[in-house]
Amino acid sequence: MKIGLVLHEMHRSENDLAHELLQVSERHKVDHEIYHIGRDLARWSQRHVQEIADIGHNYGLDLNPKPKDEFGLVERMRERGSDLVGRRGDASLLLIRDLRKIYMKATGVSADWEVLAQAAQGMKQKDLLDVTKQCHPDTLRQMRWANAMLKVVSTQIIVS
Amino acid sequence: MTKQDRIADPWGTRTPYGSGEKWPVRVDTHLEEGLNPEDIDRWVQTASIMHSNGDALDIAVKNDRIAGVRGRASDRVNHGRLGPKDLYGWQANSSPDRLTKPLIREGGKLVETDWDTAMDRVVGRTKDLLEEQGPSAVGFYTTGQLFLEEYYTLGIMAHAGIGTNHVDGNTRLCTATAAAALKESFASDGQPGSYTDIDHADVIALYGHNMAETQVVLWDRILDRLAGPNPPKIICVDPRMTRVARAATVHLAPRLGTNVALMNGLLHEIIANDWVDHDYVEAHAVGFDELEKRVSEYSPEVVAEICDVPAEQIREAAKIIGEAERLLSTVLQGFYQSNQATAASVQVNNVNIIRGMLGKPGCGILQMNGQPTAQNTRECGGDGDFPGFRNWSNDAHIADLARVWNVDPMEIPHYSPPTHAMQIMRYAEEGSIRMLWVSATNPAVSLPELRRIRSILTQKRLFLVVQDIFLSETAQLADVVLPAATWGEKTGTFTNVDRTVHISEKAVDPPGEARSDLDIFLDYARRMDFKDKDGAPLVKWHDPESAFEAWKECSRGRPCDYTGMSYEKLRGGSGIQWPCNDENPEGTERIYVDGKFWSDPEYCESYGKDLVTGAPLEPTEYKAMNPSGKAVIKAAGYMPPHEIPSQDFPFQLTTGRTVYHFHTRTKTGRAPQLQAAAPEVWVEMSAQDAGDHGINEGDLVEVSTPRGSVRSKVRISGIRPGVLFLPFHYGYWDTKKGHKPGGSGRAANELTITDWDAASKQPIFKTAAARVKLIKRSRRGKPSAAPTTTGSAPVKGGIRPTRGDATAGVDEEFDVEGTR
Repeated sequence: MKIGLVLHEMHRSENDLAHELLQVSERHKVDHEIYHIGRDLARWSQRHVQEIADIGHNYGLDLNPKPKDEFGLVERMRERGSDLVGRRGDASLLLIRDLRKIYMKATGVSADWEVLAQAAQGMKQKDLLDVTKQCHPDTLRQMRWANAMLKVVSTQIIVS
Repeated sequence: MTKQDRIADPWGTRTPYGSGEKWPVRVDTHLEEGLNPEDIDRWVQTASIMHSNGDALDIAVKNDRIAGVRGRASDRVNHGRLGPKDLYGWQANSSPDRLTKPLIREGGKLVETDWDTAMDRVVGRTKDLLEEQGPSAVGFYTTGQLFLEEYYTLGIMAHAGIGTNHVDGNTRLCTATAAAALKESFASDGQPGSYTDIDHADVIALYGHNMAETQVVLWDRILDRLAGPNPPKIICVDPRMTRVARAATVHLAPRLGTNVALMNGLLHEIIANDWVDHDYVEAHAVGFDELEKRVSEYSPEVVAEICDVPAEQIREAAKIIGEAERLLSTVLQGFYQSNQATAASVQVNNVNIIRGMLGKPGCGILQMNGQPTAQNTRECGGDGDFPGFRNWSNDAHIADLARVWNVDPMEIPHYSPPTHAMQIMRYAEEGSIRMLWVSATNPAVSLPELRRIRSILTQKRLFLVVQDIFLSETAQLADVVLPAATWGEKTGTFTNVDRTVHISEKAVDPPGEARSDLDIFLDYARRMDFKDKDGAPLVKWHDPESAFEAWKECSRGRPCDYTGMSYEKLRGGSGIQWPCNDENPEGTERIYVDGKFWSDPEYCESYGKDLVTGAPLEPTEYKAMNPSGKAVIKAAGYMPPHEIPSQDFPFQLTTGRTVYHFHTRTKTGRAPQLQAAAPEVWVEMSAQDAGDHGINEGDLVEVSTPRGSVRSKVRISGIRPGVLFLPFHYGYWDTKKGHKPGGSGRAANELTITDWDAASKQPIFKTAAARVKLIKRSRRGKPSAAPTTTGSAPVKGGIRPTRGDATAGVDEEFDVEGTR
């Protein structure tokens, strides 16, 4: 039985996605939609972290329900940096890189939910399956958002 | 005939009528002092451009000057009535400070020049930028106050001439959510209601819609129903004690930013009590199960907690809506400019859909517009949407548009959603948009977070063209200023909230060398030498009527079909509602009759968006969800606003308008009666908050947010405790500095946050955290100058009521046959 490993990985990848979303939103504070929606979507992953920790108890796991720290000094510096470089066109290339990263990470999380849902069905664990049903659609929306924002911003960034 | 002071009473005399009866005529006339109707040389047909209601009127011309106005008795919209902005606002046309010559910036200063020099500069810069960077360097920011013909010309010029998708209007600030909500629920723009629904409705619910001040004559219609037999019940959702709130059967004043929770509470009750038209939903809608599941979490008790509204009130309102036989719902800025704008407005659509209240007399939705011609910005491609409600993510629609314009589809940028206004500003900020052409709008006062906007517009690297009738705050920052003609000085058509199209004829010549916006655009297109794919001129029209004829072809077969109209047909009688075509030669009063929608995947304007993230749905996703053209019920959960009150900023700030002013007062501030009625900015606060802070009526305070501050006198009003209200009309054109604050600010947008609804991209003007500091006590208890007649009415007595002077008298004529 490897369900513990899967939940561990799920917990790690959601934490990682939440952190990435927060970092990217701080880094692009002057791109207001990235900033605000990025933070909203980070909260979804943070909620998932808690859900995973809760259900983890059923399988003898002791996962931290609290998401990783939101703001360190480094993030605050980054936010300030965003204000300073926000007027430089070159900085916008970073935005493409960052959105791509979110998209890739969310895709990874989505695959993890897929795996977990398969396991839950095989084990006939309804509670666990319900968690995947509740959380996975959020992940798909996070992916679509990153993909849509890439579509919106990349033309202007590259051709100008 | 009676003389009425319509500053003291903006709504005029009642003409009561009962359910299903015809709304009586009342003709309002206001002429220059000393003139009588028989002195007038000629009357020229037009409609209002001071608000979105579309009131039809005639301009009185005396000695080739505009000398007054008279409502058109025969028109379906207003039956002769006019609001104060129309009765008095025309005087601004002949203001001595109108722009009469083009201006260019020389040595840092704007100096007068001729048209050739000004246009050469604009064209030269455009060509340089196209060479250096390409179309992505050029953006257009237009308005909701030009005419249909002008937007259509701008749309083709920008999309197919330049090839940029950076085209938007200030309609982004007023009506973007109306369009977005309709696109979500019905997959296409198009108003599912008619003003005549007021004649039949037994319940009218106004959501964040201070109709008494935003559409005075529409409110007249409701007041007349309320004064007649079997009056409708009124539901009002508004944090302020507006005239609508005072007339309401139930007034809900929720915490700012909680509209989705409130709507879900109402829907919860409607579903829990089974006030649902299941046959209708089964036959004509998708998505009900998801809604049922989602709103099950929003019992009145839960909602009462979120919104700070008594659970009993939510039940009472839901019961009235749930038991209505003919339900009319209207929505405006209280929803559109607030947190979760589209999600909340879509829930209003859901109420009418699940109650089966669409497409029948008295059963409709009015997702209102803020501006007179906003509808045309949306229809004609002036706001980023493609002309004729064509779907940017449907290649067949783009191919069809390319056929109409005779260009290659690749020439029309459609690889991503059109760039919205706030994103255009962002691109200008980071330097990738290097030329911005602003027509008939004033972003230096009307966009959020003005310090930021000023810093963007004043960048040396940005070439700013401003086309306006006055040297507005924005025009003062321009590199080239183009003097435009306005209403009464040019001919064209425009469309109001309920799809009624009016013609507006030229009555007098524009001042000096000012030109119509259409002529300016046509001149630019000529000088740029835009060609179609066969080498013929891209823009194939030369005047308003030929532009209208071209637009008709573009609209053929689309929801907003104008093919059955002509200038001739629009002259003389009443306005006509689209679609107007061979099948409906006299226009169409109600759309979506018998549950037939424009939502077929091949036909629809939009596949919709994720209401939280704003990500567009892929065509395949939409087809799977709604394969057979039904209405789409979309559920949404409540999410708190991004900026919530804190210890430092304990208040919630909202902004809005007063009945006496329009936008940044460029016109109404130059009409003496209107300016006198609301001469300076004020801030409203509740008696409870004033007491807690030791603030009295008329005291000077400073309102601050993390972005700036504004000083104004206090009006203690019936507003919800914890909320401050600032009118957004007051900029700087009539102050010493001209375009920015001298010391303390007075524009409400110094304070607002840069944040927008992800689905509609409409900026949020109605939820910011703020604080108040007392600066100076009022001298001898002198009250603020805020109007007493409206939502800013004082709670305590003894304050001199707002009224007009001797020149404010308006003739009201009753029982006039609808012949003129």
